[in-house]
Amino acid sequence: MSMFFTIAVIVLVFLIIFQIAKASEYVAVLKGEERGRRQQNKVNGFLMIGFLVLGLVGVYVCNEMFYHKTLLAHESASVQGEKVDSMLWVTLIVTGVVFIITQIILFWFSYRYQESDNRKAFYFPHNNTMELVWTVVPAIALTVLVVIGLRNWFTFTSEAPKEAMKVEVTGKQFGWIFRYAGKDKEFGKKYFRNIDEAASNSLGQIWDDPKNFDDVVVTQTMYIVKNKPVELIINSRDVIHDVGLSHFRLKMDAVPGTPTTLWFTPKFTTKEMKEKTGNPNFQYEISCDQMCGNGHYSMKGVIEVVTQLEYDAWFAKQKPNYFAAFPDKDPANAQPAAPAAGADTTAAKAVAAAAH
Amino acid sequence: MSNEAVLHGSHVDTSHHADAHHGDHHDHHHHQSFISKYVFSQDHKMIAKQFLITGMVWAVVGGLMSVIFRIQLGYPEASYHWLTDILGDINKNWVTKEGRITADAYYAMVTTHGTVLVFFVLTAGLSGTFANFLIPLQIGARDMASPFMNMLSYWFFFAASVVMMSSIFVESGPFSGGWTAYPPLSALGDASPGSKTGMDMWLIAMALFVVSSLLGGLNYIATVLNMRTKGMSMTRLPLTIWALFFTAVLGVLSFPVLFSGFILLIFDRNFGTSFYLSDIFLSSTNTALPNEGGSAILYQHLFWFLGHPEVYIILLPAMGMVSEILSTNARKPIFGYMAMIGSLFAIVILAFLVWAHHMFVTGLNPFLGSIFVLLTLLIAVPSAIKVFNWLTTLWRGNIRFTPAMLFAIGFVSLFISGGLTGIWLGNSALDIHLHDTYFVIAHFHIVMGVASMFGMFAGIYHWYPKMYGRYLNNTLSYIHFWLTMIGAYLIFWPMHYEGLAGMPRRYYDYSIWESFKQFAELNRFISTVAMIVFAVQILFLINFFYSIWKGRKVTSQNPWGSTTLEWTTPINPGHGNWPGEIPEVYRWAYDYGKDGHEFIPQTQPVGENESHH
Repeated sequence: MSMFFTIAVIVLVFLIIFQIAKASEYVAVLKGEERGRRQQNKVNGFLMIGFLVLGLVGVYVCNEMFYHKTLLAHESASVQGEKVDSMLWVTLIVTGVVFIITQIILFWFSYRYQESDNRKAFYFPHNNTMELVWTVVPAIALTVLVVIGLRNWFTFTSEAPKEAMKVEVTGKQFGWIFRYAGKDKEFGKKYFRNIDEAASNSLGQIWDDPKNFDDVVVTQTMYIVKNKPVELIINSRDVIHDVGLSHFRLKMDAVPGTPTTLWFTPKFTTKEMKEKTGNPNFQYEISCDQMCGNGHYSMKGVIEVVTQLEYDAWFAKQKPNYFAAFPDKDPANAQPAAPAAGADTTAAKAVAAAAH
Repeated sequence: MSNEAVLHGSHVDTSHHADAHHGDHHDHHHHQSFISKYVFSQDHKMIAKQFLITGMVWAVVGGLMSVIFRIQLGYPEASYHWLTDILGDINKNWVTKEGRITADAYYAMVTTHGTVLVFFVLTAGLSGTFANFLIPLQIGARDMASPFMNMLSYWFFFAASVVMMSSIFVESGPFSGGWTAYPPLSALGDASPGSKTGMDMWLIAMALFVVSSLLGGLNYIATVLNMRTKGMSMTRLPLTIWALFFTAVLGVLSFPVLFSGFILLIFDRNFGTSFYLSDIFLSSTNTALPNEGGSAILYQHLFWFLGHPEVYIILLPAMGMVSEILSTNARKPIFGYMAMIGSLFAIVILAFLVWAHHMFVTGLNPFLGSIFVLLTLLIAVPSAIKVFNWLTTLWRGNIRFTPAMLFAIGFVSLFISGGLTGIWLGNSALDIHLHDTYFVIAHFHIVMGVASMFGMFAGIYHWYPKMYGRYLNNTLSYIHFWLTMIGAYLIFWPMHYEGLAGMPRRYYDYSIWESFKQFAELNRFISTVAMIVFAVQILFLINFFYSIWKGRKVTSQNPWGSTTLEWTTPINPGHGNWPGEIPEVYRWAYDYGKDGHEFIPQTQPVGENESHH
């Protein structure tokens, strides 16, 4: 019922506007076309300046309303992101100044030079000096922006520092899988045809490779350490995804068959961010930023930034995925004889046993 | 009229011929059947109107889809049974039991909206309409170089439209992986329902579209180069023609590359090749695919090699028409005519050298990325030249605010706003933060979507009297302009802020995201404005179609006091455009306000005492 009502109202409004428009056309013809045209010209000239003024006020109001909802209201959560922010401000100032000046000129000229009997249009087909100036000045401004941008770009895309911790991130429809290399600090080999969810091998780890024995695989939440560079090795299992890290101001695609990398240094723990943002529910979210299917919008991961101590405590509780795939090799399930000498050596022994 | 007559018409020494042709032509015109006049017409003016009206149909479809998916974004909790009843009839997977739009429907509409607006409305509807309509009229030719090819160009577009429209109604839904159609998502039916039959039809429609675009483009180039009337040297051409000419060159050189990308995709989809596919395990079927060794990124290179020039294919015709309309209605020559051509040329060259700026975050070699940053930001220089030249054209003019002029001024405003954010996104170190967020949506909708749409409106308002011999209703036109202008900024300006919060594009629902859910209210506002702006466009359509039959009749041959050749034709020109001889041209197209004259048409010989510029 409300639908019919809405449509009826819309049709009615259309009809009224249409009739007014028709009537005003007749009035204009009656008054004489030239006079009507001049009147319309004045009205539009006035609207031009009105639009300029209200528009600039609107830009200010919009900023007041939404600035605090953007990431700019809080400092970047990564060292790299600080550079993004500072560059963003420089770019904003340069483009902002140009925006305001050119828009004012555009609408002011439109208003100021509206048709009048007292003025003849000025025949001014070209002027080489002026054209040279507005070729060279933007070129210089852009050169500055390019230099700043490329310096940052090469920093972001440089090799990760040697001490960086490595996490392998794999996107799939519609979730994230994280792998840690374990004590040996090296990831075991994997092959996509070995993927078998039922056998707890969501990444296709090759169990013949001993480097896989201590690799820890987790989903949903990734733990990283404050102030310690972290290098993400990014893969996809099916279609293209994208690891979107808005709080760290970075992102990188996950491409099936072609691993990509991204490194950054987190500055604040999740706990600290909760205080800084005043939001007790704050989370570092990984958003998928590349259209990946009908669940794209729900492909969420979480990053927990913690201190080294907390990280060590968390990692100690994680079991290598190898034990999930082969529960009988897990010392926890094994016969009581197994000495508690640390997960990795136990695993190595278990492998040695398995090899026979 | 025979093709030969068309070709002869462009030569000067045909006065004897042209006279004979005059009578002949008019008889011919009256004996045309309905089919040959309105359907399989070879008259460039009729073909232009066919492109325009087909484009309008697509604009309504694409626009309506945006309104529907904006309802989902703005009012995710509400249920609209009347709406979902309709959608449910189209596809049963498009509505939930609670009367809400599903993610499948959302993505299908986002994708179709993008595809049809970019290709069917702003490519075919814009350059298809105005290249066809204006090139022969403004260069002084009786028709296109090949009217038959021109007709085929429209009918291939029509066929593409039929296939694309049908794809909306297939059981598995239309393609829903985004208009860029990146594989593997677009290659694997098991990864997305839209990548089944819907994607096959999408590819067929796009292939037909490419054929249409090439047939049209080759024709435009041949016509501009070969069929200019006597005295119409290249440097006397109106800027519209330069822009349409460059647009055609861009299309002819880049659409084949897109086509090759599609061919490989068709092979991957249907014939078991691995151009784009490697290392894929699908959760939906729990199987690993046999493909190995392909590169998903290869497609993106092929796609964006067209995809980037495509945005200039959309924008250049608008720039050309805006230059022409600003100059005519400011009663002043366009400032820096040669610089305008030079900057168009620079944009064309650079358009081919910047495609990878869409791929900064694909794991592209950083050094390669840096080259693309440099070349991308270089485009801002010719763009800046154009803006300053437009502003100077207004300076000390005597401006008449015709509806076309308003849209032209609106175009400049939008082009500035959207162009400047391009400087943000073209810089890879910022793009790594802003890529695929609402900042990008705001940027390209303002600079390419709405701005080009404004160019198109400007063109329609300006040349409507030539198309139909009647005027549009002025009051409705002014309402249309101001509401659209205000609405466009209200919709897209706040989206920059969403982008600066990192809010990703192409999300069906933000409520689970702690980082992005603060914009629910803003989204509601944007959606509401979008609905109003859409309704205003309906008002324009009513004005358009009503005025074809009932509009005020044009009584003077040259209603805008314009210098160009199309206004030397009769008010309702027949096929062949000029009943007599094609006029000769003696000067450039922008002698407004020269030596105290209000304007001097191109057909007026240069006087002895006339000053030189």
